Amino acid sequence: MTSLVVKNCGPMTSLQDWGRIGYQRFGVSPSGAMDRRCLAMANVLVGNTPEDAAIEFMNLGGSFACEGGELQVALAGAGCTASLNDAPVKANTTIILKDGDTLQVGHARTGSFSYLAVGGGFRIEPQLGSLSFHPRSHLGGLNGAPLKAGDRLPCQPGAPQGGPMHLPLEPLEEPGPIRVILGPQDDYFTQQAIDTFLTAEFTVSPQADRMGFQLNGPRLHHAKGFNIVSDGIVDGHIQVPGSGLPIVLMRDRQTAGGYPKIATIISADLGRFAQLRPGSPVHFRAVSRDEAVVAARRMKEWIAALPSALVPLCFDLTTERLLSTNLIGGMVDALAPKVPDHTA
Amino acid sequence: MQTPRFLPCGDSALTVEFGSAIDPDLNGKVLALDALLRASPPAGVIETVPTYRSLTLQFDPTVTDYGALTRLLEETVTSLQPENAIGTRWRVPVVYGGEYGIDLEDVAERHGLTPSQIVEIHSGAVYRIYMIGFLPGFAYLGGLDPRIATSRRTHPRLKVPSGSIMIGGEQAGIVPMEMPSGWHLLGRTPVLSYAPERDPVFLFTAGDEIVFEPINASRWDVLEKAALAGETVAEPVRA
Repeated sequence: MTSLVVKNCGPMTSLQDWGRIGYQRFGVSPSGAMDRRCLAMANVLVGNTPEDAAIEFMNLGGSFACEGGELQVALAGAGCTASLNDAPVKANTTIILKDGDTLQVGHARTGSFSYLAVGGGFRIEPQLGSLSFHPRSHLGGLNGAPLKAGDRLPCQPGAPQGGPMHLPLEPLEEPGPIRVILGPQDDYFTQQAIDTFLTAEFTVSPQADRMGFQLNGPRLHHAKGFNIVSDGIVDGHIQVPGSGLPIVLMRDRQTAGGYPKIATIISADLGRFAQLRPGSPVHFRAVSRDEAVVAARRMKEWIAALPSALVPLCFDLTTERLLSTNLIGGMVDALAPKVPDHTA
Repeated sequence: MQTPRFLPCGDSALTVEFGSAIDPDLNGKVLALDALLRASPPAGVIETVPTYRSLTLQFDPTVTDYGALTRLLEETVTSLQPENAIGTRWRVPVVYGGEYGIDLEDVAERHGLTPSQIVEIHSGAVYRIYMIGFLPGFAYLGGLDPRIATSRRTHPRLKVPSGSIMIGGEQAGIVPMEMPSGWHLLGRTPVLSYAPERDPVFLFTAGDEIVFEPINASRWDVLEKAALAGETVAEPVRA
């Protein structure tokens, strides 16, 4: 059997897919990739569907050996470098691994989260419908555990299909403040707190992980206390506990919580927000529900069109050249200026 | 009773809030709406999550949206009747006190009662599962006799063992897996409310009821072994 064997990796390395749907009623977090855009890019490069499971890296990379056959893999995300048997290889390209090869993934340089997808995916039984690892539930990954040295990830057999490809684009994003919709508990805050929230600069604190990002900045004052009877939580909720400092709840969040939520990051901006490193400044801008839906639709179309943006690697065209020949015109957000990478 | 409110949760979810209290009728409405939406899910709705007094709907914003869903649900939510006693009543065996419930004597002392009186009161009630949350399978129970309501510990424990039967304030709970908690431990059950390898993975659901049956410590080993072998150990009983 062809396997990808973990030789070493950072402590926050795990399998993640689109998430575990339908079990929040039993207290199980959805989990899933912190940046779906980059998961989709890595998957599409190896012929998978965008939602398939891949190895997610947080900041640190890792080293992997290919055993028992040939594998097609691809790396996308936080600007990490990679090498194949010590020779540099590029992210956003298909990489062919032969039996005995070692792929080294470097640490993140421009964001936090990167993805390594394997053509055909992993031969691992999903738990509750997903391979996404969730530490508190002991679900997903390999037997409900994070990836560690010595783990052997069985991969789908069969020769890789097609030649190596290149995806000459950056993850779709709208520059400017992170967009939010106010609520569900904006009425728990003073008007001044809401004004501050929407105008002040916050910074991502070092307490930022798959559960949530604590922000530093001005304190937001509650108008009627900071305890509510626990209610449902969604990805991107911005809760404000008694300290007045907001916490953005991310994929491994709990399913219910008892602090008021001042606003929610719109789905199209969640991946971009997840890539903000500790110390990064962050601003928020309130948008209408209609604007958020337009952005969600644009993101869905961008992901759906990724396969048509693939170009054979042998051409090795630059992004500029492709844009000038309009090969991927349909892929580019015509309204937004292009941003070279996704850090703030 | 207040009219239900629709609260936006970004572009992909909304919460229907029936009130702001922990109350069986409010929770009954949450569960009634949940049952209705599960029986015939509106297009685009991906998941519904019932909590104490509200229901959160997650949806695909490219298929449906806040406006469409609130228009669809507006009439339904105002005319909704609380759905009570819809779930299963479970009999859960508990070894009280000793190493199984290290706070039993302390709780008794605080209330000027004997440990056996605490056991009698705790196991004499029928508890309602308002919601599952915090951890997989963690059931928030209402129905604790106010005579033994006990404010939380000043110093939460970093680890309480799986199966702990505990009380915190006016709430009661069954611990699904080792977790941190500031609640008081009265006893322990071999029942696993969450077992990833078992079918069913989750034993309890919101709307179910729990009665606790005091058992002798001599039965622990046998029941624990059965639970670890995949048996539910808790028995469904009818009201």
